[in-house]
Amino acid sequence: MMTNPTGRITQGQFSFLPDLTDEEIGMQVDYGLKKGYAWSVEYTDDPHPRNTYWEMYGMPMFDLEDAAGVLMEMNNCRKTFPNHYIRLMAFDSTRNVETIAMSFIVNRPKNEPGYGLVRQEVNGRSLRYTVHSYATDKPESERYSG
Amino acid sequence: MATSMYSIPGSPMSAPPVAPVAATAAPTSTARTVNAVLAESQVQEVIDELERDLIGLAPVKQRIRDIAALLVIDKLRANLGLQPAAGADKPSLHMCFTGNPGTGKTTVALRMAQILHRLGYVRKGHVVSVTRDDLVGQYIGHTAPKTKEVLKKAMGGVLFIDEAYYLYRPENERDYGQESIEILLQVMENQRDDLVVILAGYKDRMDTFFQSNPGMSSRIAHHIDFPDYQDDELLQIGERMVAGMHYAFGPGMREVLADYLARRKQQPHFANARSVRNALDRARLRQASRLYADGDRELTAEDLTTLLPEDLLASRVFTQSMAS
Repeated sequence: MMTNPTGRITQGQFSFLPDLTDEEIGMQVDYGLKKGYAWSVEYTDDPHPRNTYWEMYGMPMFDLEDAAGVLMEMNNCRKTFPNHYIRLMAFDSTRNVETIAMSFIVNRPKNEPGYGLVRQEVNGRSLRYTVHSYATDKPESERYSG
Repeated sequence: MATSMYSIPGSPMSAPPVAPVAATAAPTSTARTVNAVLAESQVQEVIDELERDLIGLAPVKQRIRDIAALLVIDKLRANLGLQPAAGADKPSLHMCFTGNPGTGKTTVALRMAQILHRLGYVRKGHVVSVTRDDLVGQYIGHTAPKTKEVLKKAMGGVLFIDEAYYLYRPENERDYGQESIEILLQVMENQRDDLVVILAGYKDRMDTFFQSNPGMSSRIAHHIDFPDYQDDELLQIGERMVAGMHYAFGPGMREVLADYLARRKQQPHFANARSVRNALDRARLRQASRLYADGDRELTAEDLTTLLPEDLLASRVFTQSMAS
């Protein structure tokens, strides 16, 4: 499709780029650690853009000095959920910020079916639009098989 | 998934594939001699600092010199293009320090992180110092996340486990220390380049610990024993401590301190450098009391910083040994 040639969901940072290698992910994590961010790993199989709260894979990791710990958890998550979306998030805890500063997807299912536009007719033949992810047509454990 | 950039279907030109960024490789130089490599790196300063700051501890210094020498030779090999074998380039650096109390195990472990970082063996060079309580949980399922969290915090630096033998309690079968040991062993083996583990404790108990955990013993590459200090070394340590506390020895003080140490060594529970520090702290107390007694005397800087022999002679060590 012309608006999204590769059909990959574009949520979070670097989502328009080719997949980051583990080394590049490590460099991003090191950058976040230098700025004092706390990293956490989250996963989901519901790719809707309004799905903000994914499932946490372990607690957020505070007080880390090196990227190796974060990469270890990320690889464990990849082994456990090879066909889910997995993202790394960096939490900035400075006062008055206290929010997610970085967030990027590190693992995707092999086939991403994409979205369809759903039109709903309301009173007076007006239309309301929303987006529906084809993956959610199947129940949770069967969404991304193989 | 395609690893190249987007190409709009139907368009004649497609973007060239983007090569992934590689971590900056150390530039190979043309150095061919040891001295040339030493001139380029900080290794010699590290060794010199070690010689200056630590008194005695010959086996420790020798081992660190060996590790530094290996680093220099590895650089020379890299300069000649001799690629290291996959997974075998960095030596295992896990260590175990055994010795009597007060011989400098904790001090050296804290410095080891700095030394290894300056030699380039660890990436960040911080120390995470833990005991059993920080690794072992209180209920089922508590230990693994607790230990993993500590390990993640220590990665890139040194994990220093003091009194490591408390991890293993064979008499209590519900003890979770064994689980913590399993996780430690796994990470020590699989993530050798990310983490250096240093265990410390008394020799006899560490020997028992290693006998019951042969896996742990084989992963520790360097077993270093910290010998007791000699008398002249203890005297030197005393002088260093006094200078560090911004005091000075008065006339005759060195001989009195040497005498004190000789007598104190005969008594039980002698803790090497720690006993010296305690003795000097008590001498400071007596000096304070001595100066306190004279309310109207104007105290100069020299008065306030000098420890006189009577501050040490008042110790029970002298009266007790003279009585026996």
